[in-house]
Amino acid sequence: MRYLSILLFCLLPAMSFAGVAKDIADDPVMERRMMLLAEKVRCLVCQSEPVSNSHSDWSKDVRQIMREKMQAGATDQEILDLLVERFGKSVLFDPPVDKETMPLWSAPFILLLLGGAGLFYQLRRRKGQVVDVELSAQEQLRACALLNDPDLNDAPEPHKDTHA
Amino acid sequence: MMRFILPFVIFLVLSVFLYKGLGRDTREVPSPLVGKAAPAFVLPLLHEPEKKFSPEEMKGKVWLLNVWASWCGACKDEHPILMELSRQNIVPIVGLDYKDKAVDGEMTLKRAGDPYSLVIADLDGKVGFDYGVYGVPETYVIDKQGMIAYKLIGALTAQNLRDTILPKVAELQAK
Repeated sequence: MRYLSILLFCLLPAMSFAGVAKDIADDPVMERRMMLLAEKVRCLVCQSEPVSNSHSDWSKDVRQIMREKMQAGATDQEILDLLVERFGKSVLFDPPVDKETMPLWSAPFILLLLGGAGLFYQLRRRKGQVVDVELSAQEQLRACALLNDPDLNDAPEPHKDTHA
Repeated sequence: MMRFILPFVIFLVLSVFLYKGLGRDTREVPSPLVGKAAPAFVLPLLHEPEKKFSPEEMKGKVWLLNVWASWCGACKDEHPILMELSRQNIVPIVGLDYKDKAVDGEMTLKRAGDPYSLVIADLDGKVGFDYGVYGVPETYVIDKQGMIAYKLIGALTAQNLRDTILPKVAELQAK
């Protein structure tokens, strides 16, 4: 009896079916095209994830709709236009440059310009401050002595004695 | 002097941006559908699937389209608000049961109360997609000509109803 029940339990995995929705179309070429396109689309539920990676229901729907539209013969651009029409330009990771998205696109360049101007200004100011100092003959000698002093030079070396 | 003023100004500018960011809900994406005609559709009613509804029927009326589902948690939060609104009888509320099982949707309304003038069943979510639904609940204010005048993403609250939705409805009804 015990062995029978163990045997039955061993069979249990065979009876379990994972209820995962079929997420791959029959046509691998189209599936690849769909995934490439889905990489360009933002998952609005998860925001920083592309639709191609997302497990959210909404992204699954979008992928399904992409498949259906592709099957119906729509071009990639037509599908993107359709998504923009419904969800706005923010659905694209790479939104078109126009009046609305101008601040978004120009911001990095403006910041770079501001940073560059700041750096330029700082460097110019510093140039005025740093003066070359001429050493007197005596100072020159002292500097040489310090630089060539073996004791001073070797001081930081920990294994001085083993070399000697 | 400049050494102190400049960082301070930068600090102030940053503070303003960060402060604004605090109050912003990044999930709220401005809908491109506002100001456009509400997409047409024909869907069965949830309670009587043999009867159909199309937004055409609401021409001449200002109405709310409330997208909800039995599986949606925030819909439960806004449910009492909808009940109260329906009691006041200001504006017809059409409920759209989004990506749901008809049985579950009906059960929810039976248990919690039905605030809707009528409920349509968008069981596969196709119409929801046309309306740019991505976070349930969502509420659309649609005007007499069938244009989407406003879209709320997220739950109705006493506050956004009083401050935004109802004034919008009143304004459109007066037109």
